[in-house]
Amino acid sequence: MALDTEKNSYTVIFSIIMVVVVGAILAGLASGLKPMVKANERFEKQQNILYALGVNNNEGANDVEFISTDNVEEEFKKYIKKQYVFQGGELKENDEAYLIDIKKEETKAKKGDYKRRLPIFIGEKDGKEVYIVPVRGKGLWDAIWGFVALDKSMTIQGVYFDHKGETPGLGAEIKQRYFMDDFTGEKFLDGGVFKGISVAKGNNDPKNLIKDDQEIDALAGATITGDGLAVMLSKDIKMYMPYFKTLK
Amino acid sequence: MGLLSKKDSKLIMDPLADNNPITIQVLGICSALAITAQLKPSIVMAISVMFVMGVGNVVISLMRNIIPSKIRIIVQLIVVATLVIIVDQVLKAFAYTLSKELSVFIGLIITNCIIMGRFEAFALANGTWRSFLDGIGNALGYGVILIIVGFFRELLGSGTLFGFKVLGDPVEKTGLYAIGYENNGFMVLPPMALIVVGIIIWVQRSRNKDLIED
Repeated sequence: MALDTEKNSYTVIFSIIMVVVVGAILAGLASGLKPMVKANERFEKQQNILYALGVNNNEGANDVEFISTDNVEEEFKKYIKKQYVFQGGELKENDEAYLIDIKKEETKAKKGDYKRRLPIFIGEKDGKEVYIVPVRGKGLWDAIWGFVALDKSMTIQGVYFDHKGETPGLGAEIKQRYFMDDFTGEKFLDGGVFKGISVAKGNNDPKNLIKDDQEIDALAGATITGDGLAVMLSKDIKMYMPYFKTLK
Repeated sequence: MGLLSKKDSKLIMDPLADNNPITIQVLGICSALAITAQLKPSIVMAISVMFVMGVGNVVISLMRNIIPSKIRIIVQLIVVATLVIIVDQVLKAFAYTLSKELSVFIGLIITNCIIMGRFEAFALANGTWRSFLDGIGNALGYGVILIIVGFFRELLGSGTLFGFKVLGDPVEKTGLYAIGYENNGFMVLPPMALIVVGIIIWVQRSRNKDLIED
């Protein structure tokens, strides 16, 4: 019996069967792989936080090398002593503060009088207490984000930046070591007053040896990404000022 | 080739050179521009396209007698989209860092004209084995160009290959940089991909005069 594939009823039945079959395949695959994808995302956050703290496999490498995913959880427990959530002047301990979605908090805070939850991770490296906070902002094409490790006086101990869709070779260079390393030692406070850090073009300090000028040498050809990065640092770190004041 | 008949091996060999999907048919240019700034994503993209095209051609070929012709383009799109989502999910689960590097570009495989073109032109009219070979052949032809373009763009644009500094260190001024060489920042911008593809087309046509149209 020849199949009449031209009939309307056949087309409708064919479409329905196809949608059901494809839906079942994809739903099965997605739910089967979900635990692995979730774990990957968790490991990535832990790796990024540890990277900002200066715990990584960078020794002898040119590129950004993270703690390997196999032992990132142990290392995270070892170096990150406490995790807090700072909300409306109150400080609460929260062991899963690193999973807080900064983007959602930002949108929620824009609507109404919701006080943003601000995660803080207290790490310890070489006997020194370091405070790591997340930041998030806009680059040229899409979102940029990262983690900044600060000491009590709001001096940068290390940073990690990442982006969603900046141009390779230009804005995407914010996640290169040579750029991120420049931030170490820069100060957010100038005589006790909060001052952001600018990403400056035509800087007369290209090797970034002067650490108290609140300036980082810009990336060539990435003006908007660089400016976005500076804005992100100022606006997000400033929110933590009340917390850092309590430390003194 | 003992395994493949002469006709079958033509299906693999033709798209590699004389009927290359990028340089001769001028299809799939969009993704060639987007992801070839570095070599590694170019290779992963080539492998992903090979999976989508090989499996997709087989699926379409198997269904070719039951697909209603009225909605065949939609059916083809669903098959590509499904396979691309599978690739994306598998990369996210097993090669997370790589999947982040490729980000939107894996999704862009759906818009690759070569795939829909092969479904429409070949798989709908041919048997499973031949469709499979045709898919793999075309994906290889696409992949070869991607890898060539990725190689030159990463080498000349960033001085690296697979992220390793092969031309020396631009900051420390070692290797080629010591004698005044500088990375060509223009190479990492999308327009240069088009120019490199253009140069490949030029070289290919000047070597094989049969390809030149009057």
